[in-house]
Amino acid sequence: MIETLQMYFEYPFVRYAMIVGVLIALCSSMLGVTLVLKRLSFIGDGLSHVAFGAISIATVLNLTDNMFLVLPVTVISAILLLKPGKNAKIKGDAAIAMLSVGALAFGYLIMNIFSTSSNLTGDVCTTLFGSTAILTLSIREVWLCIILSVITIGLFIFFYNKIFAVTFDENYASATGTNANGYNLLIAVMIAVIIVLAMNLVGSLLISALVIFPALSAMRLFKSFRSVTIFSAFFSVICASLGLIISILAGTPVGSTIVAVDIAGFAICCLVGKIAH
Amino acid sequence: MSLIKAENLSVGYDGMAVGENINFSVNAGDYLCIVGENGSGKSTLMKTLLGLQKPISGCIVIGEGLKQTDIGYLPQQTVVQKDFPASVYEIVMSGCQSRTGLRPFYNKEERALAIENMERMGITELKDRCYRELSGGQQQRVLLARALCATKRILLLDEPVSGLDPKVTAEMYDLIKTLNDEGITIIMISHDIAAAMKYASHILHIGDYYFYGTIGDYMSSKAGRFFSVKNKGEFK
Repeated sequence: MIETLQMYFEYPFVRYAMIVGVLIALCSSMLGVTLVLKRLSFIGDGLSHVAFGAISIATVLNLTDNMFLVLPVTVISAILLLKPGKNAKIKGDAAIAMLSVGALAFGYLIMNIFSTSSNLTGDVCTTLFGSTAILTLSIREVWLCIILSVITIGLFIFFYNKIFAVTFDENYASATGTNANGYNLLIAVMIAVIIVLAMNLVGSLLISALVIFPALSAMRLFKSFRSVTIFSAFFSVICASLGLIISILAGTPVGSTIVAVDIAGFAICCLVGKIAH
Repeated sequence: MSLIKAENLSVGYDGMAVGENINFSVNAGDYLCIVGENGSGKSTLMKTLLGLQKPISGCIVIGEGLKQTDIGYLPQQTVVQKDFPASVYEIVMSGCQSRTGLRPFYNKEERALAIENMERMGITELKDRCYRELSGGQQQRVLLARALCATKRILLLDEPVSGLDPKVTAEMYDLIKTLNDEGITIIMISHDIAAAMKYASHILHIGDYYFYGTIGDYMSSKAGRFFSVKNKGEFK
């Protein structure tokens, strides 16, 4: 088995997949803790569907590099979803659900009407479930992913204490002069960037799993924000690597294998948490 | 000059006033209780004082060099906090947030301040405990310690005893009184008129009745007599 793995790692596309997978898992799990605690678990889902809609448009327009359309559209949607907070006329979860199904339906509709591809169902399935996209990354996409991930991780560490304050008690933070809206905006942009990156790894239907499972697993076991964040990053990286390796060896779809490993990890954490108490 | 002064202040949401023509002034060392029925605009008034929303009309004058970042605030608990995985130390530490500016991490002074305020609130031994596992009274002490990290001068408290049992409630009031005796100005929203009369120096009553003045004047006023006699000090 190890020899087979060694053989696979000779191929650059497998190494690329590994690098990108680990980085995406790391970024999504760090922000996942904040999103879960802010009751925004579904934002990943909503935004990834928006990204799906944007990808459909890019495909129809025959754009060679769809990042330039998908990234801005997703970032803007994230800002719109997270910004208005309590004053919005349509409340958080409803707004996310609306945007989510709307973008999904619209994207599929556009693809159906305008697409010239002979394998429409295959294209849609790939975008939704990720299947092989991660194994066809170009070196440019890998570098883009590395750069964006490093920026995200850097910003997260730099603003860690502020993000904690805003997550725990937004009112208190803004009452004592912290720019809570600014940091909410920052969180929104970071999550949008991660989601666009993660589309390659697990496809748009499964991104929420990368956001919520590591955070929920860590919360079963740990009691401080710092330890929860660190463990959730660790958990996510391990699960993503394991999932990738299993999918390469067993020939299963990458995205759903990673999510299956995440679920198994979550179950183990629940069990350990129960025993420890 | 007074620390905080409200002049013909009207507060509310979306242009709709819930509390109108509010006038009061708070001097250093005062203990002001804001009382009134549900929906009379107490919390809205406090949010306006904190700068979280704009007044509809009138103005708030802040004097004696008091800055936004000098205000300590004890908000009501939110749903998010009920199962939040955070240690007591992390939460108290976050009270120093307004001091750091763009600096990403806390310095020695700020850490010492957090430790000092935990001692002051008697929660030092809870330092590494998880916030969600504490009792209601302990949680309020943690949030009070956090508020004290932000201020040496003025505390705004939004119903600090709601949901606490009578014994813990009394302890909480004594704690707040001690802080007031140490020179910290207190502005507190309360449903509990009996306690307000026992501890406060001034009362602001908004809603159906309007009153602002010292505790002595309030007791002889119509509103004060009505609530203290008829309802035994509780809003019913």
